[in-house]
Amino acid sequence: MRFALLSIMVVVLFLLNLFIGSVDIPARDVMEILLGDDTHGAAGFIVMGSRLPMAVTALLAGAGLAVSGLMLQTSFRNPLAGPSILGITSGASLGVALVLLFFGGSVAIGTLSIGGYAAVILGAFVGSMLMMGVLLGLSSLLRNDLMLLITGIMMGYLASSLIMLLNYASTAEGVQNYVMWGMSSFNGVSMRQLPLFAGITLAGIFISLLLIKPLNVMLLGAGYAANLGVNINRVRNMLLLATGLLSAVITAYCGPVSFIGLAVPHIARLIFRTDNHRVLMPATLMCGAAVALGCSLMCILPKGFVIPVNAVTPVIGAPVVLWVLLRRRK
Amino acid sequence: MKHDITIDIRNLVTGYSPGRDPNVVTCGINASLRSGELTCLLGPNGAGKSTLLKTLSSFLPPLDGDITLLGRPLRSYSNTARSRLIGVVLTDRVSLDNMSARELAGLGRTPYTGFWGRLSADDKAIVDEALELVGISGLADRMVDTLSDGERQKVMIAKALVQQTPVIFLDEPTAFLDYPSKVELMQLLLSLSRDHGKTIFMSTHDIELALLTADKVWLIDKPHGVATGTPEDLALDGSLARYFEREGVKFDMSTGMFSVSFPTRRTVAVKGDGARYNMMVKALARNAIALSDASSDEIVVTPDAFMYGGESFCDIASLLDKLL
Repeated sequence: MRFALLSIMVVVLFLLNLFIGSVDIPARDVMEILLGDDTHGAAGFIVMGSRLPMAVTALLAGAGLAVSGLMLQTSFRNPLAGPSILGITSGASLGVALVLLFFGGSVAIGTLSIGGYAAVILGAFVGSMLMMGVLLGLSSLLRNDLMLLITGIMMGYLASSLIMLLNYASTAEGVQNYVMWGMSSFNGVSMRQLPLFAGITLAGIFISLLLIKPLNVMLLGAGYAANLGVNINRVRNMLLLATGLLSAVITAYCGPVSFIGLAVPHIARLIFRTDNHRVLMPATLMCGAAVALGCSLMCILPKGFVIPVNAVTPVIGAPVVLWVLLRRRK
Repeated sequence: MKHDITIDIRNLVTGYSPGRDPNVVTCGINASLRSGELTCLLGPNGAGKSTLLKTLSSFLPPLDGDITLLGRPLRSYSNTARSRLIGVVLTDRVSLDNMSARELAGLGRTPYTGFWGRLSADDKAIVDEALELVGISGLADRMVDTLSDGERQKVMIAKALVQQTPVIFLDEPTAFLDYPSKVELMQLLLSLSRDHGKTIFMSTHDIELALLTADKVWLIDKPHGVATGTPEDLALDGSLARYFEREGVKFDMSTGMFSVSFPTRRTVAVKGDGARYNMMVKALARNAIALSDASSDEIVVTPDAFMYGGESFCDIASLLDKLL
């Protein structure tokens, strides 16, 4: 029942993303374009070339970030864990910044070739995995809320100090591009790049789904999990791979999207009232998609203004963090 | 019931080996655990109780020596095989917001369930049976974080039962419990070993309870290493006194328990009998007053009064006020 409602919500939000945009296109025209009518010229290009890949990107990015957050929260046994809070996206950002600088000093992801894209994603992946590795090394400290937050924030600062240096060495245009990228958006993936983005994201989500059973046991902590026959190191490595892949590819294409990974698992728990990952993981994937599609819609203001995604996500994320902290005080 | 050896330990050295030089915690442990018996591990903090339990549960590799589980070396078992033979209850406090007692106990089926960890009808029956056995069927659908410490500990024991392992290790399961809950938990563990043939090994600081209930006791500390036996044998060979006696704590051979002793301040003669006499003597002992028939001070306990110095008192408190 709750899953059915959630599915309907995702579909409706997805369609709204196709029908509503900064350019007014009559609903009937959008319908016809979607049904394969290619006589609408510019409107056709906007719907098929911009809105459709953007909606698919938001759907996948939201689901991927949310499931990363869920896995981090379970494995660190800390409700405040998430890819952006822990500095994993900062690691990815650093990787992106480094690669972009080496590709000619201009931080402009849109101008890159497919090979360039692969390098950017690889950079982001190495950066995020490096962060994850450090965090796993510190994981015994990270069960404490405060230590986790401080560690994540400090890692983020370290990454941004390096990024600042890179920016300093970059051109004015490069800096502007990097700042725009840092504000995040779901429209960085063109139809041509969509298969690669979708492929990697779906692979990350697939690995996550394989971890449902061990994640349930890890709720009890590593000791109990090991005693119940779970190979902790193997699960940790798979988790590292899935979270690293998802954070890397989503950060490379969409920018360091904040709060979705942290907040969405809590929204899913609130709706489904369970810690069982057999329910919680699909729920988180769907909530993540819905929230990202919703945020994407909220970015479209009247009269053709579009605001960055990271201007919207904290509006949803920050109250959730406060709610979690206040509830845990009892 | 036959009490077979399930775990046999020879020349075991426990400790950590983080770098090149190993950090030895306890060495030369020779002991065994039997089915159908409750064995308690007693020793002061830092004596190596947790390290020994971790080593026996395979969380830590032994630095040297052999651990044999059901006739085969412990390290020769795979993760899955071991998870069907040894169940643990740890000191880690499990904090879960959205998991019921039944779901938590159900995680004990993990070694038996399929890829998604879904419970079959048989698995569910096993979970219900375990919850019934530890006496919390009525709380099965309550969320774990709404349970008391004692109830939560029982859920964790139910988890270990659901795991259907012949051996169960518990690390300080009675810590943080109020006294009645401690007693109840020990009785539960005793019946699990007696009636279900489990090999139960637990560490605890509750010496008195352990000496009252355990079939076997292992004593452990830094200077003496490990001594094992029934509580009574350990009393007779002086081990209990050797491990635990110190200033103010004496082992009392007549009760087989420890008593708190105070340097005697004075002596008094007491006449009487029954419970009222016993309580009077206890109150005196507590106030460092020894009994001596030769003493000129005399207390007479009658069925309706406590007499001292020619006065009659209705209760012990008022007599003590006068006496001290």
